[in-house]
Amino acid sequence: MSAALADAAIRSPLAEFWRRFRRKWLALGAGLVLLALIAAAIAAPLVAPFDPATPDYNAVLQAPTLLHLCGTDAYGRDVFSRIVWGGRVSLSIGFLSVALGGTIGVLIGLIAGFVGGRIDGMLMRMMDVLLAFPGIVPAIAVVAVLGPGIDNVIYAIAIFSVPVFARLVRGITLAIKQAVYVQAARSIGVRPMMLMLRHILPGTLPSVIVYASLRLSTSLLTAASLSFIGLGARPPSAEWGAMLADGRAYLGVADHITLFPGVAIFVTVLAFNLLGDGLRDALDQKL
Amino acid sequence: MLSYFARRLAGTIPVLVAVSIFVFGFVHALPGDPARLVAGPEATPADIAAIRVEMGLDGPLWSQYLIWANNAVHFRLGRSIATRQAVEEVIGERFMPTLWLTLVSMGWSMVAGVAIGVISGVKRGRWQDQAGMVMAISGVSFPGFWLGLLLISLFSVHLGWLPTGGDVGWRSYIMPSFALGLGVAAVMARFTRSAFIEVSSADYVRTARMKGVPERSVVWRHTLRNALIPVITLTGLQFGFLLGGSIVIETVFTWPGLGRLLVDSVAYRDYPVIQAEIMLFSAEFVFINLFVDLLYAVVNPEIRLT
Repeated sequence: MSAALADAAIRSPLAEFWRRFRRKWLALGAGLVLLALIAAAIAAPLVAPFDPATPDYNAVLQAPTLLHLCGTDAYGRDVFSRIVWGGRVSLSIGFLSVALGGTIGVLIGLIAGFVGGRIDGMLMRMMDVLLAFPGIVPAIAVVAVLGPGIDNVIYAIAIFSVPVFARLVRGITLAIKQAVYVQAARSIGVRPMMLMLRHILPGTLPSVIVYASLRLSTSLLTAASLSFIGLGARPPSAEWGAMLADGRAYLGVADHITLFPGVAIFVTVLAFNLLGDGLRDALDQKL
Repeated sequence: MLSYFARRLAGTIPVLVAVSIFVFGFVHALPGDPARLVAGPEATPADIAAIRVEMGLDGPLWSQYLIWANNAVHFRLGRSIATRQAVEEVIGERFMPTLWLTLVSMGWSMVAGVAIGVISGVKRGRWQDQAGMVMAISGVSFPGFWLGLLLISLFSVHLGWLPTGGDVGWRSYIMPSFALGLGVAAVMARFTRSAFIEVSSADYVRTARMKGVPERSVVWRHTLRNALIPVITLTGLQFGFLLGGSIVIETVFTWPGLGRLLVDSVAYRDYPVIQAEIMLFSAEFVFINLFVDLLYAVVNPEIRLT
């Protein structure tokens, strides 16, 4: 018992995390899949065998072959290449919107929890209002004002990710604020700004990382949905949701146009969910 | 109890007011003259002048808001740019199909989700649990609109068993409600399982088992009934998910509901309809959550004490 305690005590938090996380083979596998997807998106010009935008009218609506792994669409464009290039769009929307919304949300949560009182009440009521819009509706409203397009989709999803992170971080901040080490730091005269950023913020990060991973899956789905209903990335842009919208007209004629981009969305979202679950177990059992 | 209800009801008013300010500000955030936007591209100068008076656009912004809010409360929502019909009529026609679709989806997904969650909880760690949870995490990750497309391809185009879209009798509900409810069923299953497992380790469950209560009764009477209390809170949130999801699913199945109306209105820049719909979706969501909170207070007296 005491040996185990001593053993745990010398491990750094990172080593301790890794010790727990590497046993979650499902989450580990999901992480590897995501790394592969990200690498493929970055190296799209090298990975994709064809140009994603060049039509080939001699090879229209072809079923999958060794040459065209996922077949071709109504313009003869290679579906596999479009999925690889589309990964750039879909993954960037996901990462940028969560990074933007997460950063703002974490700051709001920190301030609300740390300062407390009226400012806390005011900030949290604002978050309640943002949460009063269900699902994809607020994103549609923002896009209706700003106009369709990838940038606006990122803003729309980011704004409505803010309250999720703000609530989470506020709760943890309230708890950490009372911790002995924070009280000690305060008592030796550490400034409030320093207390928030150096002493409290790091304590919220494990939960923030878990939420970010789960939120990425939601953002990807929302972005794909928006593109599908014609409010996100517009055709001919190779975005996964927009590709599904293109394939809709050829259901039953060329199902592969609909099948493979959907698989790409499903696999990516599933991987973020599995990774998030594994991270939660490894980082923080309380959530 | 009554005072708790009154407090919760009063608490929703500021939220609704804030939402309405957001929705009101929406048309004013657009570049250009709001009267021209509301009147539509084919309006005559006289139309625009009439709308300007109607919206009180010569007054300050706060008085414009009050005029608008007063009209909205009395269901005078302006005219649709696309059809020149009164917005309340346009929305009235589309309301029931969406309500039915949402209710059918909610119904099956709650029953299936709770059932899978309970089976997984009872058979924790065994193959039934693992199968249930694989289904659940896949269901959460499955894009509903993609599932809709796959279903149409299989059951409508290839097999010809079900209609591809529209609202033509009960058979047209099968595919849309399945595609819409799958995510909810999956979330319900995961949540029920963890609530069930948490309650199974409670002292009163152990005591019941110890004094020889039959296992069936331990599961149904002692564990499930208590595990369902937190599940209730989840239904409100999931309803919001369904409201949002219906927008995309209605587009897939050309469903004559509010969701497709919203998508069409955004494409047509029919701002009066967009405004009214966003307000309606949010108000519905707020009231459903209020109802769920009150229901929660009824089944769980602990909450009223705090």
